[in-house]
Amino acid sequence: MPESMLEPVSPLMGAISEGALTVRDAGPTGMIALRGDLSDPAFTGPVEALAGVPVPGVWQASGSDTRALLWMSPDELLLLMPYGEPRSAAPRLQAELDGQGVFALVQDVSDMRVRLKIEGSQMREALARLTPADVSPAAFRAGSLRRTRIAQAAAAIYVLSEERAEVFCFRSVADYAFRLLSGAARNAPDFEYF
Amino acid sequence: MSTRLAKGGRFLDRSRKIRFTFDGVAMSAYPGDTLASALIANDHLLVGRSFKYHRPRGVVASGAEEPNALVGLGRGPRFEPNQRATTTELFDGLTAESQNRWPSLEQDVGAVNAALARFLPAGFYYKTFLWPRAFWKHLYEPFIRRAAGLGKAPHPESRDSDSYEHFHAHVDVLVVGGGVAGLLAAKVAAESGAQVLLIEQTAHWGGRAPVDGGTIDGTTPEAWIETTLEELDALPNLRRVARCMGAAVQDHGYVLGYERLTDHAPGTIGPRHRLWRIRAKQIVAATGAIERPLSFAGNDVPGVMLASAMRDYVVNYGVTPGQKVVLVTNNDDGYRTALVLHDAGVEVVRVLDARPMGGGKLMERVRELGIRVDPGRAIAKVSGGKRVRTVHSCLADGMGNVLEDIPCDAVAMAGGWSPVVHLWSHCGGRLRWDEAGAFFRPDVSRAPTGADGLPMVVPAGSANGELTLRNALDDAVKAGKNAALKVGCEVGEIVAPRGETEPEAALMPLWIVPAKATPDLRMKAFLDYQNDVKVSDLQLAAREGYESVEHAKRYTTLGMATDQGKLSNINGLAVLSDALSEAIPQVGTTTFRPPYTPISFGAITGEARGELFQPLRRTPMDAWHDANGAVWEPVGQWRRPYCYRRPGETTEMAVNREILATRRSLGLLDASTLGKIVVKGPDAGKFLDMLYTNMMSTLPIGKCRYGLMCSENGFLIDDGVVVRLAEDTWLCHTTTGGAERIHAHMEDWLQCEWVDWRVYTANVTEQYAQVAVVGPEARRLLEKLGGMDVSKEALPFMTFAEGTLGGFPARVYRISFSGELSFEVGVPAHLGRAFWGKLLELGAEWDVTPYGTEALHVMRAEKGFIMIGDETDGTVIPQDLNLGWAISKKKDDFLGKRAQERVHMADPKRWKLVGLETPDGGVLPSGALALAPGRNANGQRNTQGRVTSSYFSPTLGRGIAMALVLDGPRRMGEELTFTTDDYDAADEAKTTLKATIVDPVFYDPEGARNDA
Amino acid sequence: MLILTCPCCGLEAAEIELAPGGEAHLKRFGPGSSDAELERYLFTRHAAKGPVLERWRHAYGCGKWFLAARDSVTMEVYGTYSARLPEPPEEVLARIRARHPGWQVPA
Repeated sequence: MPESMLEPVSPLMGAISEGALTVRDAGPTGMIALRGDLSDPAFTGPVEALAGVPVPGVWQASGSDTRALLWMSPDELLLLMPYGEPRSAAPRLQAELDGQGVFALVQDVSDMRVRLKIEGSQMREALARLTPADVSPAAFRAGSLRRTRIAQAAAAIYVLSEERAEVFCFRSVADYAFRLLSGAARNAPDFEYF
Repeated sequence: MSTRLAKGGRFLDRSRKIRFTFDGVAMSAYPGDTLASALIANDHLLVGRSFKYHRPRGVVASGAEEPNALVGLGRGPRFEPNQRATTTELFDGLTAESQNRWPSLEQDVGAVNAALARFLPAGFYYKTFLWPRAFWKHLYEPFIRRAAGLGKAPHPESRDSDSYEHFHAHVDVLVVGGGVAGLLAAKVAAESGAQVLLIEQTAHWGGRAPVDGGTIDGTTPEAWIETTLEELDALPNLRRVARCMGAAVQDHGYVLGYERLTDHAPGTIGPRHRLWRIRAKQIVAATGAIERPLSFAGNDVPGVMLASAMRDYVVNYGVTPGQKVVLVTNNDDGYRTALVLHDAGVEVVRVLDARPMGGGKLMERVRELGIRVDPGRAIAKVSGGKRVRTVHSCLADGMGNVLEDIPCDAVAMAGGWSPVVHLWSHCGGRLRWDEAGAFFRPDVSRAPTGADGLPMVVPAGSANGELTLRNALDDAVKAGKNAALKVGCEVGEIVAPRGETEPEAALMPLWIVPAKATPDLRMKAFLDYQNDVKVSDLQLAAREGYESVEHAKRYTTLGMATDQGKLSNINGLAVLSDALSEAIPQVGTTTFRPPYTPISFGAITGEARGELFQPLRRTPMDAWHDANGAVWEPVGQWRRPYCYRRPGETTEMAVNREILATRRSLGLLDASTLGKIVVKGPDAGKFLDMLYTNMMSTLPIGKCRYGLMCSENGFLIDDGVVVRLAEDTWLCHTTTGGAERIHAHMEDWLQCEWVDWRVYTANVTEQYAQVAVVGPEARRLLEKLGGMDVSKEALPFMTFAEGTLGGFPARVYRISFSGELSFEVGVPAHLGRAFWGKLLELGAEWDVTPYGTEALHVMRAEKGFIMIGDETDGTVIPQDLNLGWAISKKKDDFLGKRAQERVHMADPKRWKLVGLETPDGGVLPSGALALAPGRNANGQRNTQGRVTSSYFSPTLGRGIAMALVLDGPRRMGEELTFTTDDYDAADEAKTTLKATIVDPVFYDPEGARNDA
Repeated sequence: MLILTCPCCGLEAAEIELAPGGEAHLKRFGPGSSDAELERYLFTRHAAKGPVLERWRHAYGCGKWFLAARDSVTMEVYGTYSARLPEPPEEVLARIRARHPGWQVPA
């Protein structure tokens, strides 16, 4: 059976929770973890070429829904792209960087995390129930990202707009994260704070 | 009698009635009542029995400080004990029951304790129930538990049917307390530009001011409050939350707020409580003050009430606890109660003012109304059982000789006020003694400090000891400005609204009433109502040498339990310092600990209950396991199948079947949970040589090596197979529980010690679904999948290859943890479930059998393989486990090497790994100890080893065990005696087992099966 | 509950986003060291009442280790700094000494 016939299955299998806030499994997403010197053009050049978007600033993200670079740590980026592409793209980029003597680590991590999309006017309230991070509009602007925790699980929160955010968690806690977020939105839909 | 007044009650909606029950009796009241005011309205003063003596008790206060009126609320899954009637807002259908009484509130057999009061002094528990020790379990403890204690816990099988949530808020300024000072401070801070959150524990704004009277900028407090609230609501940077108590102030401006959303309106959608987890740059504590009781004999008879509470009930709820009231006071404020009562048509039969010359203007106003005031007088004793009958008056500074019997049915006591300094003190704010007011107040020169080392709490109003309306408002403006400045706002000129009240004459502290009360009176004068601590108890504690206030508290129980001494604290301290002949500030206070008043477990828990109690980590194959009889075992936060039970099977049968099928033919294990960490870089080899005890830099590409990791203390912390993927890249497998810990450990050394080494790590544990394909038919199954050469020649033992198997991108490791021919195959996690299905489908011809963690454990034990956490416990070094072969002798250094050279680590007397066999094939209990001759200094039997793993081996048909035994490997064949789970030193013959030391490799010692 | 600013990514992290790592600036003693040196490295800790230098990891954030100078009594944070530094930077020392004149990094 050729690989192209295999159907990748995200842990939530496209689950969706609708209400005042919609919480949705974004489904399988291609992801590449990149570790390297973010100030070295020899590293960022090939990365940007592959991503098609510029390397973002500290705790920022750049790009679009289908192709984006997320700043994860002073020496780490996460590249989002359509599922399946990293299978060949990651080793190719690693080989390119290795070939030029650039010290870097490129890993296909497409299957490691779950990507949840949350949408609704109470998006910030739902997050504030779960994370110690300051999610007020002044402190957490659209386009920025923060790694923190939601309740007891590690999570990266990416705010896209006043009504849209994405939450990335490890695959094994996908069910926990989905229940947390959908529960947080459902509990007190009228509670407005921000 | 206590009753509803014809008029008054500013919180009430008199247009309709609501119903409630107390101890099953139906009553009615108005919306706006609290349970306490509703009971008073229904002539129900008796609300509970006291903790120790079961004395009848009534409502004393009108707010959070109430010590007596604790009730059980609700039914079934909504039952909650120890709720304060004074802060319970009444709703239609409320059900409440009294506590600490049997069989009923009116007829309580425990009241016999009261008759024995003379024999239940301070420290009674410690003195009486000490010996003999054996009596504790069956006699003393059950007796104490029945007789004492507050409310009963909900039924253990019931589940709270409400929901709760947390909410994180980050603000510039948090103002706690919505009285006039809090409102004003919040307004000043917000108008200066700060982001302000204002919280108030009750449902009402404005605090005491409307009850206590006076004017603000020429208008009534009520009018000023209404205007101010409108102004606040127009500010976009201010938010106010009612029914939200400031429960705790903690380090770096972390404050817990406890919001009660639906307690007053059950059935409303949404969470019952919300725990606000607030980060505030500045905290304004405008928490008000609490009135102190006076310590006279019979001060706990129902009908004796704080003077301020009594006027709260009249003004706010239109109820009075009696028709003929005696007021006893040591200050002018108490007279306000006399005025309010008179105004409401309640007769004030006498004012006893302890001050020799009486009071000032307020006293004069009371006299003008024709109310008799006796200066220099106080109460010797109050008579009455379940209700006040008579006040016996006496000289305030005398011994209690009765001058007059005054018939009455309620007593208002005014002992002066104490600022609520709890929030100021939670995080280290210090107090100073105010001589004039006789109270502790915040010492603003020693404030609690935040992360920047600067003060983070600003006290305001009466919480700061500014008890008059004018001073409180001035202070609130100062506090609001102060807080705003500290968070970086620019503050303009602000004029405080002018508060005006009657001038007051000085208070006269009076800690024991009368001052020279005789011992029998002191034995009836309660300091702490909730814990039944009397003046005489504190004096006894002092005589017995309890000089520290903290010790005296524990010894007498003063200030413990749900009210945490809100009423008793200062009076108790004063009595103690008097008994010790020391000044009150020298004796000091006990520590103020959070929460301010009890908060619900539900609120603390928030969403973390049921399925969200903690994260449950699931592998990609989790749903298949669940649908196929998995008996779950928690491993860290993962759940893994312990075994798969088929219909009719016991767990034990399933484990044995899985092992036999795997050894006979083919087994599958979901090994996805094993940690996988990629280590890459020019210095990766050098780095791994430091991390592992053995050499990893020399591992050829494509090869696997079993590695051990030790802490710098030399102890074994993790193990696993290391694979060299490329010239500068390794993959390190860790234990299931070790992935995050070992990854952090690696990053620690790279970031903090070897900062120049060029190494990157990535924890890719969850990228792969990993399956162990195990058994004689394992290779045939992989060949059937096709796509890779997995022959013995192409993929020998301890090698690795990458390719596709049956179309799945796969990493194949030829390794074995069972002694069988075995491959571990990693595929992308999103394909894991499909791959597992494919293996089951194609493996059917070999009776492919999924097996769980127990079969894994038994098979590894049959082979003598160690398991981290079984054979290791943080004190075991590899040498103890005969793993010296995995410790490189060639390396100059690795983590733990130096520590393993310590004398004790090289001691030949260390316990070392052996196998054990019982003569009859029985299974030794896990953790059993090997007995050694003699006894230690504590008289316990000496030991010489312990069982680390013990199983029934279906392969061998008998029990097998691994153990750490003193000098074990050199004692092969020796028989030892082991304890059983019910070991009894007096009957060793029946409670021990024999076992013989053998080699720990029980099965296929030559390794022929793996070599297939 | 503490807040420490991670010097690696700039975020103010709550204590529940951090993992503690014990005393900072320990000098590692490996093979060839004396028993006394090893004892000091493995077991002897200052546990001071007052300024302490600690290791923390921004575990629920950027994942980096960093060092913090903190007061164990007042919880004042004198500063956070890179785990690569052998001792606290001057401005952190100055802040400590402003409260504790003459304070020296413990040997």
